[in-house]
Amino acid sequence: MVVSPGKVEIGQGIVTALAQIAADELDVDIARVQMVRASTSASPNEGVTSGSLSVQHSGRAIRFACAEIRQIFLDAAAERLGVDPAVLAVNDGVISGPGNISTSYWELANEISLDRDATAATPPKSSAQRTLAGQSLQRLDIPDKVFGRPRFIHDSPLPGLLHGRILRPELSQAKLVALNEERARKVDGLVAIVRDGNFTGVVCETEPGAEAALAALRKGANWAQGETLPDEEDIAEWLKRQPAVSTVIADKKAAAPVAKARTVKRQYHRPYIAHGSIAPSCAMAQWDGDLVRIWTHSQGVYLLRSDLVMVLKMPRENIIVEHMESAGCYGHNGADDVALDAALLAKAVPGRPVRVLWSRADEMSHAPFGAAMTIEVEADLDASGEIVGWRHSIWGNGHTARPGRADQPALLAATELATPFPRAISVDPPAAVGGGSDRNSVPLYDFPSWHIECHRLTTMPIRTSALRTLGAHGNVFAVESFLDELAFERGEDPVEFRLRHLSDIRSRDVIEAAARRAEWKPAKADGTGYGIGFSRYKNTGAYCAAVAEVEVGEDIRVRKLTLAVDVGEAINPDGVINQIEGGAIQATSWVLKERVRFDTTRITSNSWTEYPILRFSEVPDVDVEIISRPEVDSVGAGEAAHGPVTAAIANAVFDALGVRLRHLPITRDRLIAAMELS
Amino acid sequence: MTIRFRLNGVDTDIEADPDTPLLTVLRGHLGLTGPHFGCGAGECGACNVLIGDHAVTSCDTPLWSIADKDITTIEGLGSVERPHALQRAFIAEQALQCGYCLSGIMMSAAALLKRNSNPTSTEIKAALDRNLCRCGSHNRMVRAILRAAAEMRAS
Repeated sequence: MVVSPGKVEIGQGIVTALAQIAADELDVDIARVQMVRASTSASPNEGVTSGSLSVQHSGRAIRFACAEIRQIFLDAAAERLGVDPAVLAVNDGVISGPGNISTSYWELANEISLDRDATAATPPKSSAQRTLAGQSLQRLDIPDKVFGRPRFIHDSPLPGLLHGRILRPELSQAKLVALNEERARKVDGLVAIVRDGNFTGVVCETEPGAEAALAALRKGANWAQGETLPDEEDIAEWLKRQPAVSTVIADKKAAAPVAKARTVKRQYHRPYIAHGSIAPSCAMAQWDGDLVRIWTHSQGVYLLRSDLVMVLKMPRENIIVEHMESAGCYGHNGADDVALDAALLAKAVPGRPVRVLWSRADEMSHAPFGAAMTIEVEADLDASGEIVGWRHSIWGNGHTARPGRADQPALLAATELATPFPRAISVDPPAAVGGGSDRNSVPLYDFPSWHIECHRLTTMPIRTSALRTLGAHGNVFAVESFLDELAFERGEDPVEFRLRHLSDIRSRDVIEAAARRAEWKPAKADGTGYGIGFSRYKNTGAYCAAVAEVEVGEDIRVRKLTLAVDVGEAINPDGVINQIEGGAIQATSWVLKERVRFDTTRITSNSWTEYPILRFSEVPDVDVEIISRPEVDSVGAGEAAHGPVTAAIANAVFDALGVRLRHLPITRDRLIAAMELS
Repeated sequence: MTIRFRLNGVDTDIEADPDTPLLTVLRGHLGLTGPHFGCGAGECGACNVLIGDHAVTSCDTPLWSIADKDITTIEGLGSVERPHALQRAFIAEQALQCGYCLSGIMMSAAALLKRNSNPTSTEIKAALDRNLCRCGSHNRMVRAILRAAAEMRAS
């Protein structure tokens, strides 16, 4: 049983969940299901693996296709055995019926051609008929990783493999004025120096040789300063001063308007955030005449190919793009960029495969970042302090500049060539797929009226694209912080205050479950605090509520996160918990530590020292409750926790100290500065 | 020049520039895929191996410094046929998401268990504090190490 999904493994365990679905529908042991990596030569085009949609999209497609295949085999078996298909049952591929009659998928395989389009006409099993869905099966990829067997693109041995490195400037969008290649040419094993405008790279027989040649080339390079970056300290206000496309996201008028007595207004900000995958981006490419084959950890092999068609000026059928695993992927990182780098370098050495690996510094400074956001929220309160109006405005760059979506390429090297393509300015996905800057900006609460608007920048000195949750992280932080402020002013419990404004049952259920599990609200000791945050991701996806327990002493420490989540039917419950736990810990890192640093010429946070992330000793305990709804279609879990956890921590810090921090990250220095002001 | 060391119990001679990073030798000359390159500056621990009983970042360890020493990588920790307790425990706890940082983390854990057969969660976290994980699998990994330690004590 070979299943070739268009979605890819990015460290989230999706391949196992999809295999589970296929095995369930076909009635075979999951060990018989062989999952094939996505490739433009063989897999369906399922776009990009993002947005926590893989189980929804690919899972549904596999479910329907497998249900149909099972029925095709049942019909053939019925004909062979001379019985009605309805009396037959399938058990691990063996088809049997009354009176010990039997055949099997394998016996019938030669008679049946599956080379046909699926019709989606055969209804899949109901959730009650499935045996594997809902079980926490062990992930298929884990044994390789535990024994150090080659699994990642970085580990893949190709015969005759050459090694490539790219010379990228520290200065943002700098121009290469002069390049002395003399010393690099003397490096043992050097095969080629490739230069096209500002794009420069080396190809070498060995990896140390490639590093040595790159170092030599760097010494011989003379760069002219490129674009000026904004003042980091002023970035929240800078975003509001830039040219922008303004859009009204939602406007709801009150059925029976109530006069406002006063208005409360607050401004929140999140910085640029780096992907910071533990593996630097990597790709391999090999030319064969006018064909090129590319191995990539891109989230979308077809989308990447579309951009390569534009840059390489080749017909799409001459470019094969195949997926290979890399380290955890949290959005549009350098994977697509390095694939073009590899194609450009490999072109200089026809017939031989070239692997290009980015440096840590390039990974932290040249890959796109999650966009910085400034968010203003206003509430109109009536004479009794109840919310009668709500306004929410967002300023920032768009949250996606993915390949394959526009009529110009989104790949870094394309902007560096002698005949360059312009840098793609990030846009926002449409509201129908959850929006971008505006994601989760429309309240889930029962306010009588609201007005939401978004100001997307049309300049982009700092490159941004999709990072886990897009704008939902910033918006949920703002909305849930602001609600907490309003509840506090009224002297109301923040859980009760939320429930009082929330009629949606599934929303109430996760908040109540998280509060109950965390024994809300525990008596607090000195320096400790508790906070809650809630959202339904994209307003259409997973429901999640988080309670944070923090301790503020010498430093700010998140001791415990308690979460309740509702993803509808949980195909692999342990996989869901793993995603929620991971999201909660990553969000804790974003809130307490992360901020891309820059001066006016370059990104300065280009190492783990300059861009620290949460360490083992700083990781909170995470306790997750799944509210199981097997009768409801599954939604993804990968991005549900970030917003609620961020808000819960910010609210807990306020609960501990009575000081409200509205700029992320929430650090000791900022806390001290805020306490001095208050 | 030739540098001799023991790799996963086998005498190994390498002819290379003595300043070559150990990771380059392991992945390049010796073709191992367990230790991973993450930063090249000893900051993330994805390349951790054991030198003697200590977990060390191999990306910034020069070859000359390991002459005559015992090097253990994840490949030497155990195999599918004879898995180490840590490998069994990481599978049982499904203690990873992407797994790129994993071999380095398991080597740090192996070093800890050599010096402390009954570590607390806090001691495990302290021992892993120089290993970065970006997916947020920390707590599962701590649970896996506690499980492995218990199994090793029982046997």
